[in-house]
Amino acid sequence: MIKYAWLIPVFPALAFPLIVFVTRKVRLLSALVAIAAIGASFVMATGVLGEVLLTGVTMDKPVEYATTWLGIPGLLKIEAGVLVDPLTAVMLLVVTLVALLVEIYSVGYMHGDPGFATFFGYLSLFSASMLGLVVANNYFMIFFFWELVGLCSYLLIGFYYHKSSAARAGLKAFVTNRVADFGFMLGFFFLFAAFGTFNFRELAAAIPSYQNTAFLTLAAVLVFIGPIGKSAQFPLHVWLPDAMEGPTPVSALIHAATMVAAGVYLLARAFVLFASLPGVMLVIAYVGGFTALFAATIAVTQRDIKRILAYSTVSQLGYMVMAMGVGSMTAGMFHLMTHAFFKALLFLGAGSVIHALEEQDIFRMGGLYKDMKVTASTFIIAALSLAGLPPLAGFWSKDEILAAAFGNGFTGLYILGTLVAFLTAFYMFRLIFVAFFGDRRAGLHAHESPLTMTGPLLVLAALSVVAGFVGAPFVSHGFSTFVYYGEPHHVAPNYGVMFLSVAVALAGIGLAWLLYGRPSDVPEKLAQRYRSIYTLLVNKYYIDEFYQWLFRRVALGLAEAFNWNDRHVVDGVFDGVGDVTRISGQKLRLLQTGNLQTYALVIFTAVVILALWMAAPVLGGVVQ
Amino acid sequence: MITLNHYLALGGLLFCIGLFGALAKKNAIGVLMGIELMLNAVNINLVAFNHYLEPARVVGQVFAIFVIVVAAAEVAVGLALVLNIYRRRLDSNVDDLNWLRW
Repeated sequence: MIKYAWLIPVFPALAFPLIVFVTRKVRLLSALVAIAAIGASFVMATGVLGEVLLTGVTMDKPVEYATTWLGIPGLLKIEAGVLVDPLTAVMLLVVTLVALLVEIYSVGYMHGDPGFATFFGYLSLFSASMLGLVVANNYFMIFFFWELVGLCSYLLIGFYYHKSSAARAGLKAFVTNRVADFGFMLGFFFLFAAFGTFNFRELAAAIPSYQNTAFLTLAAVLVFIGPIGKSAQFPLHVWLPDAMEGPTPVSALIHAATMVAAGVYLLARAFVLFASLPGVMLVIAYVGGFTALFAATIAVTQRDIKRILAYSTVSQLGYMVMAMGVGSMTAGMFHLMTHAFFKALLFLGAGSVIHALEEQDIFRMGGLYKDMKVTASTFIIAALSLAGLPPLAGFWSKDEILAAAFGNGFTGLYILGTLVAFLTAFYMFRLIFVAFFGDRRAGLHAHESPLTMTGPLLVLAALSVVAGFVGAPFVSHGFSTFVYYGEPHHVAPNYGVMFLSVAVALAGIGLAWLLYGRPSDVPEKLAQRYRSIYTLLVNKYYIDEFYQWLFRRVALGLAEAFNWNDRHVVDGVFDGVGDVTRISGQKLRLLQTGNLQTYALVIFTAVVILALWMAAPVLGGVVQ
Repeated sequence: MITLNHYLALGGLLFCIGLFGALAKKNAIGVLMGIELMLNAVNINLVAFNHYLEPARVVGQVFAIFVIVVAAAEVAVGLALVLNIYRRRLDSNVDDLNWLRW
């Protein structure tokens, strides 16, 4: 099956033109084509994972098939190839599974939308690009698909293009990612300059013996800028919350489960590059940790259900990046997997609510549990998983990250991570208590969503419960012996860390219940009392405003200066040449009197002067 | 005894008179006459040089005859121009013939 792994991205890649050019007019058929294609990919991905497990393909002994796509002998070789190792296999399964469920869900959610067929076309294109990114065996190919998923993200964020906010959000995502992608591109070009190859395995073999640490550090930092943009790390996180303008299934698939995880996947794929540079690892760890805390604090004050989830996603991505930074690629990928399941579930649940109410402000919801039992209970399962309560999936993966941070001596980051766990539990249950419990708000009639939507919710809920067991510390041949860097290491369960993380999660839920579980004016009073902090958080630390200022003042100011330079200095030189010619011509033509005798006199005088000049030696001879 | 220098002095004098006429005369006919004088001054020089320096060959005389032929053609063209200008403008004052300018 591994031999045919290249087919996995091909199925959805074929579905896209088929939908766009052939079946677009027939709505349901378009959806079926898309679902069949991703279904085939899912079956293949399962087969690949099975074969990887059975035939003993490990991180050290991956399987690679490649052909030269573009080559100049001795100068450049760009391959198109497939690299299958446990990391790829896990990622393939997660992406195809979530994509399949989201596409099934979209049949219900997008029902009646005029762009129904196009939507499935875009989703297929996205799936193809994402799967291509996962199987890529070299930097060039991963970058190619990296750009393609960015394009799909842009198309799908701006799917409701008639809304100017959606169009702007798409643009913002695209431009922000472009900044990061430029860094990434420079990074792997530098790697190519140093090693002469884009291939991951060849680089992995060459990097440890490379001497020029400064150059390697530069390349590594530039490559890391890619994940900062794609995985929405501070300071390029600004696009992700705005990306919620897209349809909710898109938010679930692209902006929560898969595409934004591509940055973390890249960190795992290029781990050998970072692992040899402790300084860069430290930067990665602190960028991740800071983002996790930063986004979690913003999530506490948001009112829009999707924005809360978006900041939660940023925060959790920060967690994964932090795991990479503290040196545990296993923990990062494990959390990526479990997070894909429960965050997709949270978004799809939110979509179910939005579908029923056409309302996104949680404070205008309430009492939804009575009307939407399936949605509400699956949502709560996902939230418990995210909050990290045992034995749900999120508990095991989050715990592994915290244990890795603690075990590798990053005590500061461990405390920070625990604080984030507390905030996470708090903002999730604030959302749940406000939206799903309490009294029904007037004027909103909720109803349960159709089976196409609740079905995927139930499957994801089951996964959010059990997915963590593959990596639980008491499972001897679990995730950590499967996806790892260097030596497979089995981390002994750290009960102290476990106990503390469960305690803070429960404390967070308890605090949420105290503040929002029943009618009270305490939150209002707190907001009044700490008005400055509250305003700062509600306005997302004014990062967007800061960027606005930066671009209005600094970028436009610079542009103004260049404009002035162009108009006055550059144009001035060329206009000046023209003016000098014209004005001197204007003055000089007055010499032409038209009087023939004057001309004759001038000619004669000139001839005399010339004759004297030429005769000067002879004349001189005469004088002597 | 008349030497080469006498002839050259005569030629130079004639040339200067002709030049003055060509540059200073108001009448176009006068200008043409001045040019004729200059050409003839040159002819005197040519013949004189021939006579004193290379009496065996007649290149100077041949040259002088060429000059006379060219001068005749020039006067024919020049007079035709002056005549036409005079017919159009009823004027042959060269100071007024200045419309070939800006």
